[in-house]
Amino acid sequence: MAKKPIPLSKEFLKGLWDDNPVLRMLLGLCPTLAVTNSAINGLAMGLATTFVLISSSIIISLLRKVIPHQVRIAGYIVIIATFVTVADKFLAAYLPEISIALGPYVPLIVVNCLILGRQEAFSSKNGVGRSIIDGLGMGLGFIFVLVILGSIREILGSATLFNMQILGDWFNPWMIMILPPGAFLTLGLLIGLGNWVNERKVKI
Amino acid sequence: MNLLLLFISAAIVNNFVLTYFLGICPFVGVSKKVSSAVSMGLAVMFVMTITAAVTWLIYHLLLVPYHIEILEYVSFILVIASLVQLVEMFIKKVSKPLYDTLGIFLPLITTNCAILGLALFSVLREYSFVESLVFGIGAGAGFTLALVIMAGIREELELSNIPKPFRGAGITMIVAGSLALAFMGFAGLISM
Repeated sequence: MAKKPIPLSKEFLKGLWDDNPVLRMLLGLCPTLAVTNSAINGLAMGLATTFVLISSSIIISLLRKVIPHQVRIAGYIVIIATFVTVADKFLAAYLPEISIALGPYVPLIVVNCLILGRQEAFSSKNGVGRSIIDGLGMGLGFIFVLVILGSIREILGSATLFNMQILGDWFNPWMIMILPPGAFLTLGLLIGLGNWVNERKVKI
Repeated sequence: MNLLLLFISAAIVNNFVLTYFLGICPFVGVSKKVSSAVSMGLAVMFVMTITAAVTWLIYHLLLVPYHIEILEYVSFILVIASLVQLVEMFIKKVSKPLYDTLGIFLPLITTNCAILGLALFSVLREYSFVESLVFGIGAGAGFTLALVIMAGIREELELSNIPKPFRGAGITMIVAGSLALAFMGFAGLISM
């Protein structure tokens, strides 16, 4: 336990910017890059990941004194995989279109380093309440980046946003943005931008 | 012949890292030096090949006959985690320097999306046993290829003057984007 407790609000806010999972810690990059060819896919992926993150945080922080230290990683993964199965079947049943669009990247939430990383770094050492707050903050930070990335790529690549026409006929969509290279380029620029903003903040 | 096409397709045309974004974490993390990139690539390839075989057997001989496909993710990830543990113990025993170079990234192969992705893709595409084996080797070779190319470029980048905010991850992503663009040139070589 930490000697001086960090206020809960800080626990929550750190996920949004200072420790943003994607831009600052470079966790969970695979889904970030793979499904953000449209804003709606990014949002769905972010929500699914947040659901898995919070649910497994709750279970793992409750069981943190029960799970033996040596097999903890395997234990965490089994718990995470269980919730991913739940999320996957839920999407397939209620939102079949999104489930097809996300394809194998929903089951791949199991190996999202963001989730396992938070369990190892946070939930295994903190109580349920704090773990939920932490998961919520991290999840929102993740959704934030995914939606931004998806929006940029969708506007430039298909001239739409959430499937609504944004740019007129004069705009010739950049096909490259919805293809794999566009994902790498946009994320690279976003990471650079994040670092730049942070540097300015420190100076001021 | 088909198997050869499958191999080339998995290794180059549909490169796991550059078209499916699988295995990005080690791609960014271990691509600073060519030598460690090679050993990481080989470790991943080794785990991938075994995983392809074992998960095929589990899925078709255990999960399907007993109608418990719902346990697919849980069982696959458990198999992968134990395999990685085995490989780690093996490398530690055989080569201590290699073990030290790979460091934290060896246990992280467990959470390397490329490995689980491979298992999921072979189920999704209904590969036969031999096909999934070839698919595993091809995907591993493709991963190694991308990792080594990236490490080569990054060794050069060390000497260049990059704007400060882009140093590290930013420039790596942009270089990866250019690489992905180059690999898109292979699209249409084989249609699978």
